[in-house]
Amino acid sequence: MTEKMAEKLIEVKNLKLFFNEGKKNEVKAVNDISFDIYKGETLGLVGESGCGKSTTGRTLIRLYNATDGEVNYRGENVHDVKNKEKTLEFNRRMQMIFQDPYASLNPRMKVVDIIAEGIDLHGLASSKKEREEKVHELLEIVGLNRDHAGRYPHEFSGGQRQRIGIARALAVDPEFIIADEPISALDVSIQAQVVNLMRKLQKDKGLTYLFIAHDLSMVKYISDRIGVMYFGKLVELTTSEELYKNPLHPYTQSLLSSIPFPDPDYERQRVRKTYDPKSHQYTDSDDVKMREVKPGHFVYCSEKEMQEMKKTF
Amino acid sequence: MNNILEVKDLNISFHTYAGEVQAIRGVNFELRKGETLAIVGESGSGKSVTTKSIMRLLPKSNSEIKQGSQILFDGKNLAELSDKAMEKIRGKDISMIFQDPMTSLNPTMKIGKQIAEPLIKHQNFSKSQAKQRALELLELVGLPNPEIRINQYPHQFSGGQRQRIVIAVALACNPKVLIADEPTTALDVTIQAQILDLMKDLQNKIDTSIIFITHDLGVVASVADRVAVMYGGKIVEVGTVDEIFYNSQHPYTWGLISSMPSIDTEDDELFVIPGSPPDLLNPPKGDAFAARNRYAMAIDQSEEPPMFKVSDTHYAATWLLHPDAPVIEPPEAVQRRRKQFPGNVTKGEK
Repeated sequence: MTEKMAEKLIEVKNLKLFFNEGKKNEVKAVNDISFDIYKGETLGLVGESGCGKSTTGRTLIRLYNATDGEVNYRGENVHDVKNKEKTLEFNRRMQMIFQDPYASLNPRMKVVDIIAEGIDLHGLASSKKEREEKVHELLEIVGLNRDHAGRYPHEFSGGQRQRIGIARALAVDPEFIIADEPISALDVSIQAQVVNLMRKLQKDKGLTYLFIAHDLSMVKYISDRIGVMYFGKLVELTTSEELYKNPLHPYTQSLLSSIPFPDPDYERQRVRKTYDPKSHQYTDSDDVKMREVKPGHFVYCSEKEMQEMKKTF
Repeated sequence: MNNILEVKDLNISFHTYAGEVQAIRGVNFELRKGETLAIVGESGSGKSVTTKSIMRLLPKSNSEIKQGSQILFDGKNLAELSDKAMEKIRGKDISMIFQDPMTSLNPTMKIGKQIAEPLIKHQNFSKSQAKQRALELLELVGLPNPEIRINQYPHQFSGGQRQRIVIAVALACNPKVLIADEPTTALDVTIQAQILDLMKDLQNKIDTSIIFITHDLGVVASVADRVAVMYGGKIVEVGTVDEIFYNSQHPYTWGLISSMPSIDTEDDELFVIPGSPPDLLNPPKGDAFAARNRYAMAIDQSEEPPMFKVSDTHYAATWLLHPDAPVIEPPEAVQRRRKQFPGNVTKGEK
């Protein structure tokens, strides 16, 4: 894993995204967060609804323009790109899978055209035949069959639609995929199918994932590292194992203590913690930021808090 | 009599343009006093239809509760009750909480009035009595400042608060049975944990029996005393929460349990139930799960398995429990769980 992690694919620096900037109803959806994504890894991003996790994902792929800060993809700031060719290039390398498989596919387009839209846009097929072959191949990769190409989205179940969404993302041969709650709308048994598929594709194609979700047991299973967001801030970032064994930020602790696990014995012993942001009692002189408390384990805290955390191990 | 509600041989069909969809095909279960029974299964397995039929909330125009179906409550068969008589039970003795707290509250009515409504209708409370009781209920479900809140509208509350209000409405008349249809699915985990704690706490206080519908096995493990697993319009396994999680017998339950990662899952691949649910327009012959069952035998294709008894509280409908069935090895995740189950004497491990 350490070798794989050596290469930085994405570097997010002090990223901010404010809605209604400068107005009365300004919302600081993403407020000064920084993290890296390494090539070949899956970074999970978790938090409550409204914490800014989806906005972060959407800003990375430039569905929103950042208010401030940088998103560097292989050293180049995505938000600085002006020329059309370069933008197209970024769009090919970064793809997105959306939460709602019913809303994210155009109901008036055939599956073949949905999947091939990217291929056409980027001119990746030289002939009609090649285009068709590519689509068939993609359908088979995601576990559908070539007969499905001529159908419309309404003819498919939720899990099948999500597969079409994945095939569409894969069509342009991306390196990096942002998956925004790709399994939340699916049944448990179907969730496992989609997660297995995503892991297999990652292995075969060396993909890098940003996996956004609120189902923490699935996130732990699929992610190498996990970032926890709270009110527009990243409050903790570490490997998924470390996060579950030693959650350090009180919000992470409360989040972990709230997830029900499919294990009655564990549930009977569960002690739930609550989080009150006031408990930090930060003053203006406290320099609150992400600090590396342990190697590879970052927590959003003040100097004093870090010293206290360090005492515990 | 320990059973507060008994469902016997429930059969429900929907009449559609394509034909008759047999949504519920012979469901039997009982709800005991003070317990929480969880019903789990995929979408389309019939969980919601079963509970809606208990409340008699199925659309009249195209649904049909078949002759011979019995929903016994308080000496009456709810399946045959007149609409008028049912109105007296619905919301009073049996009440329901729905998944989406935004759509189950009236956006144009103050919440105090919505809580008071069942009290005035069913209990003949005066307006001032009902208001007093509404304040108590809001306190009970943990909503701060009830005196102010009672005069506010649903949009002034967060999702978790709204669900608390819905619970207050449901509990207003001290129902004997509370049906909760995915009450926490739309909520965040931290809020979900609060609502689940609240429901457990309230159950201890007012001794209601709860039917809890969910597809989240984590929630089941946290709230249920007993679990019924539904597949293709039937209950395929029923048992105590420990029996279902640590000693399940039906291959479909195995699939459900092992397709979710547990706390310490390190497996490379999650177990997957292949294929898709059966078409209830033309229900398959034999065991409805056979087509997706890697352990299926020849008999599964032709004959439906009866409920085999595993223990006094545990039954499962699979031919694998027949004395003549071959010994098979369940998925690894299930075997791991079985080690946690005390006194494990089942066929195949003797």
